[in-house]
Amino acid sequence: MNNLLNYTIHLADNAHILGHRLGEWCGHGPILEQDIALTNISLDLIGQARSLYQYAAEIEGKGRTEDDIAYLRDAWDFRNVLLVEQLNGDFGKTIVRQFLFDAYNFLFYKTLRNSKDQQLAAIAEKSLKEVTYHLRFSSEWVIRLGDGTEVSHEKVQTALNDLWMYTGELFEMNDFEKEMAAEGIGVDLEQLKPLWQEKVDDILKTATLSKPENNWMQSGGKTGRHSEYLGFILAEMQFLQKTYPGQVW
Amino acid sequence: MKNWPLWEIFIRSKQGLHHKHVGSLHAADAQMAIENARDVYTRRNEGISIWVVESDKITASKPEDNPELFEPAADKVYRHPTFYTMPDDVKHI
Repeated sequence: MNNLLNYTIHLADNAHILGHRLGEWCGHGPILEQDIALTNISLDLIGQARSLYQYAAEIEGKGRTEDDIAYLRDAWDFRNVLLVEQLNGDFGKTIVRQFLFDAYNFLFYKTLRNSKDQQLAAIAEKSLKEVTYHLRFSSEWVIRLGDGTEVSHEKVQTALNDLWMYTGELFEMNDFEKEMAAEGIGVDLEQLKPLWQEKVDDILKTATLSKPENNWMQSGGKTGRHSEYLGFILAEMQFLQKTYPGQVW
Repeated sequence: MKNWPLWEIFIRSKQGLHHKHVGSLHAADAQMAIENARDVYTRRNEGISIWVVESDKITASKPEDNPELFEPAADKVYRHPTFYTMPDDVKHI
């Protein structure tokens, strides 16, 4: 399959699945302002997913639309990283998951701006502003909760310990990513890794949180091997389009 | 969150000259208040500048004092600069 297509779908899936997870918070936030903050981030991500899916449909050139690609694929055809499909848990866990991803996403888009592919570069340029705010928001909340009360500290430390094994995959390059990087279109993730580690170390230190020592990492999302959570996510997300194909508002 | 103070939020729009009061919200501190205001009060492109002030730092006049504070100004036309003729060449004064 086309490397550029796979690459674009991988990026779109990250945004789409994480956007969906954050959407699950709508109406359930701990307080009004954070409910709106999380759903704003969700909308930003869904917007990024749309741009990327639209481009993917164009690259594919088979007359499919962004909706077909987003709503009619099954779990094994999704290429998002495992981190974004993990459960929301409590607010603290959602924040930790968000921070770990945002730190990566920020560095990623910052580099993708220089892609030889004009469309990806343009999408990166626009998304970077949104993601800059996401990172600011999630970093601060990691600090507030980590360096907060005993209860908040314990909750986010637990979340960090649980989610750590999903961070390795963010920097694992599979075949289509290596191809894209070699062509100057995709991002070399190995370059991002130390910068990401620096940012994470910095925030965790301020948050008085301990970095987990476990170095064993989960993998497989980018090549379609997902946790069981993705099945449930898609069952809910895709229900309408799969049951009533071609349905419009 | 029971201890979070209330903040009054003022937003200046892109074309605007001054900050307008748009509402209030709860936040733990000024930085969170700015971010909450950004999320709640500027998501529809309402503005480009945010001021946050803790509600208890604002002192307001009492409505029952209105007669003595404001009514006397109602019939003092000599205080308005409406009788001064502007020369045509003077712009933007």
